[in-house]
Amino acid sequence: MIRALLADVRLRAWFYGYRAPERGAITLGQRRVYILPTRLGWLYGATLGILLVGSINYALQLGFALTFLLAGLGLVAMVHTTRNLARLTVSAGRAEPVFAGEAAQFRLYLDNRARFDRPAILVRHQASGAQVVLDLAPGAVAEAVLAVPAAKRGWLALTRVLLETRFPLGLFRAWSYVEPAARCLVYPRPERTPLPAPTPDAEAGAARAQAQGSDDFSGLRAYQLQDSPRHVAWKAVARSDDMLTKQFAGAAGIELWLDWTRFAATLDAEQRLSRLAGWVLAAEQSGARYGLRLPGCTLAPDRGDAHHAACLQALALYGIA
Amino acid sequence: MSMPHPLAPEQRAITPRDLAGLLAALVLVAAPHALRMPWWLTLVVLGLYAWRVRIALERSAPPSHWLVLGIALLAIGAVYLEYRTLFGRTSGIVLLVLFSGLKLAEMRTHRDAAVVAFLCYFLVMTNLLYTQSIPTALLMGLTLVVVTGTLVGLAAPRRPVTANLRSAGVLLAHAAPAALILFLLFPRVQGPLWGLPQDAYAGMTGLSDTMSPGNLSQLAQSDAIAFRAEFDGEPPPPRERYWRGPVLWDFDGRTWRMGPGWLEEFAAPRGGGRYDYVVTLEPHNRTWLFALESVARLPVRGRYTNDGMVVATAPVRARLRYDAASLARAEPVPFERPDSLRRALALPEGGNARARALAAGWRRTAPDELQLLQRAIAFFRDSRLGYTLEPPLLGPDPVDEFLFDTREGFCEHFSSAFVFLMRAAGVPARVVTGYQGGEVNYVDRIISVRQSDAHAWAEVHLPGRGWARVDPTAAAVPGRVDAGLARAVRAGDPVPLLMRPRLGWLRGLRSNWEALAHRWNVWVLGYGAERQRDLMSRIGMRDADWRKLTAAMASILGAFTLLMLGWSLRRLSRPDPVQRAWQAFCRKLGARGVARAPAEGPRDYAERAAARLPEAAASIRAIAALYIAARYGRAAARGRIAELARRVRELQLA
Repeated sequence: MIRALLADVRLRAWFYGYRAPERGAITLGQRRVYILPTRLGWLYGATLGILLVGSINYALQLGFALTFLLAGLGLVAMVHTTRNLARLTVSAGRAEPVFAGEAAQFRLYLDNRARFDRPAILVRHQASGAQVVLDLAPGAVAEAVLAVPAAKRGWLALTRVLLETRFPLGLFRAWSYVEPAARCLVYPRPERTPLPAPTPDAEAGAARAQAQGSDDFSGLRAYQLQDSPRHVAWKAVARSDDMLTKQFAGAAGIELWLDWTRFAATLDAEQRLSRLAGWVLAAEQSGARYGLRLPGCTLAPDRGDAHHAACLQALALYGIA
Repeated sequence: MSMPHPLAPEQRAITPRDLAGLLAALVLVAAPHALRMPWWLTLVVLGLYAWRVRIALERSAPPSHWLVLGIALLAIGAVYLEYRTLFGRTSGIVLLVLFSGLKLAEMRTHRDAAVVAFLCYFLVMTNLLYTQSIPTALLMGLTLVVVTGTLVGLAAPRRPVTANLRSAGVLLAHAAPAALILFLLFPRVQGPLWGLPQDAYAGMTGLSDTMSPGNLSQLAQSDAIAFRAEFDGEPPPPRERYWRGPVLWDFDGRTWRMGPGWLEEFAAPRGGGRYDYVVTLEPHNRTWLFALESVARLPVRGRYTNDGMVVATAPVRARLRYDAASLARAEPVPFERPDSLRRALALPEGGNARARALAAGWRRTAPDELQLLQRAIAFFRDSRLGYTLEPPLLGPDPVDEFLFDTREGFCEHFSSAFVFLMRAAGVPARVVTGYQGGEVNYVDRIISVRQSDAHAWAEVHLPGRGWARVDPTAAAVPGRVDAGLARAVRAGDPVPLLMRPRLGWLRGLRSNWEALAHRWNVWVLGYGAERQRDLMSRIGMRDADWRKLTAAMASILGAFTLLMLGWSLRRLSRPDPVQRAWQAFCRKLGARGVARAPAEGPRDYAERAAARLPEAAASIRAIAALYIAARYGRAAARGRIAELARRVRELQLA
């Protein structure tokens, strides 16, 4: 029943003390920090009960002192466990795009603005179970990387994240939920198939270039910003101070069109997107200029990291946004 | 969801560090028990601990549950063989110590480690059954820090041990106020909730209800406190401090016994030299209470017997505090029942012929009882009997042997021989045991009476005067009652260490220590139902019953917890000193018209401000540099926060 109630957005917001997703830095107010005894805590309570009965039975005043000191310790542990989590500030970092089937690396930054350390804080992604335990030094920021499996292309939102601690005594468990506005772009799972032949409408230079063959190293030229790091001549860079880019005679002039319509009609949209993603990777590797043609979206032939990313993003978000 | 929970104690394996902490804690809690255990059981426990260390060093698997169960059964058997019971107090505790070693050996995860830590708390408590002294309390504090530090280490495995121990200290310090509230307000109930094991009161020392040659001199070698007395005003001089205890009537030739007695209505005697005092009696598991001769006012729950003893309604098993008053010069009460007088003349058939002959001689020549008594005292004074803590063993006629052969003994020999002679001469007499003397502590003026002050003397019944005290030891060895045991016994006797006259400085130290211990006994260990009611009425809570106390306790404790929570959260929300100083700096510049733009970094802002306010440019740049170093720099640069705050405070903008 509680689950049904929590399906209601407003009730949920009231119950958890926040409205998802949360933008910017989230500071955990104490209303959002829940606390309950752990199993060890109950065992501790039972021990105290026995100690108390013993003290009463044998009229041990020092026994009372011991029992009550331990009871006070339990109370203080409760306060300290809350304190270990309260007023912690959480913010989300950028998650680099991944391919479907890989794990998205969500980065959360836990900012401890207090003057004491906050040891043993568990950060756990509720849906996937990805988790990491962090120790925060006083005034320090720690990074939690949550590897969340990305099953489908599109935007993968970071859903509810649990923050939990049992420090200092393990008698209490304090926890809080955050749902930072973080998302990761998931490209379609690339399917490796041979690149298509250059299209008939390729420009004249393309045909000439193809005649020379592909992937032959033809020389070095000055580095330009859009050049892929894969083509940088790192050995040459190590010898001199200038950035140099390798030129490949064969591919440099080729222009490819990666076209949605090129596949057999039996292929469904996801399979087409997977093949296209594979082509984009292969084309970028070959150093050729390539364009992408999707229904309702065309990217002119180009190459380099920015173009590569733009093509993959178009594939990832095809039909979504 | 199927992932193992990394904070769950069941999931985390024991590290050598956890083991070291637990071992240290266990050694601390088991050591006091080990001193009371038979040596071979101590060895077994140490062996179990060593076994665990070996398992850790060799990284081998802990023993299987079956093996542990087998050893546990063996241990139970061994304890049964040693103590012939498993449910006594001592045997139960020994079993617990053994099980701590077994649990240590088989422990695998943090959960087991936490159970061992809780067991440590338990063992600390069991030690309190034997002693609750100040050193015990200090040891308890140390143990709590170690055990709690180990628990912190379990919760934060990557933190340094010193930080964990510091956390444990902080936690315990924060817990102390709550503990104090609970200690003062938790309603105390009188008496045990259920029956205690048979041996619960074993080991309490004190006078017994019998006296035979040797048992008093053995008791007198103990330095333990029997009771303490606080007088309103000056205490009586040492020679008048006769603390009356059990009265022994019946003699079988060797042992004196109390025999049957009954309670009587107490009639306060008349006379002068009144002393009012409070006695704090150590538990001795007997009913009698000690009071100076002659009692003028009974303690609140005290009763009075036919032979003038003051007794409680139940054996004294906890430290007991009572008020009493006595008269130094009470008027005699001449009346005594004839059957009591007959009892005070009874002697066993035969034996001790020489003593009987001596008494018969006195009886023939002395005109009345008083003269006869004087003869006897003169005999004791003149026959050069020796006073020793190590009296020679006596044969079948102990009185004869003491008086005429060995000629040395302790007060039990003196009093026994004296009463025997009196009875043989036809004067009703009885032995009285108790304590004589006691030492005034110069720190708090409280008189400590020790087991080494145990004494026995005689009372004779004279016509028209009633029972009168005669101390044959004092007659023979006058030093005993004036200067105490140590000066009275022969040189070379094993006098308790602190009774020796040359160790004056040590006695001074002891006086201070015992004054402290007395406070501890009265205020901490003596904080029972009565004292609680006293204290509550003094702070304005009349007739504090358990309902009122519980309500007060719950509300104060709740308020305390909320305060602590509020305080620690408030501390959290306060900006750190670096940020505070920087905000003050921005406010100062803002007042001079150089407000910081929201996106402006500290360096740019300082440059802009320096350009606008050239006379303060150097200070402004210095502050910005300090702020940058403190906020973003290495830890070393953070040490200069105070300088930053000072410079911001001193910044003068014309």
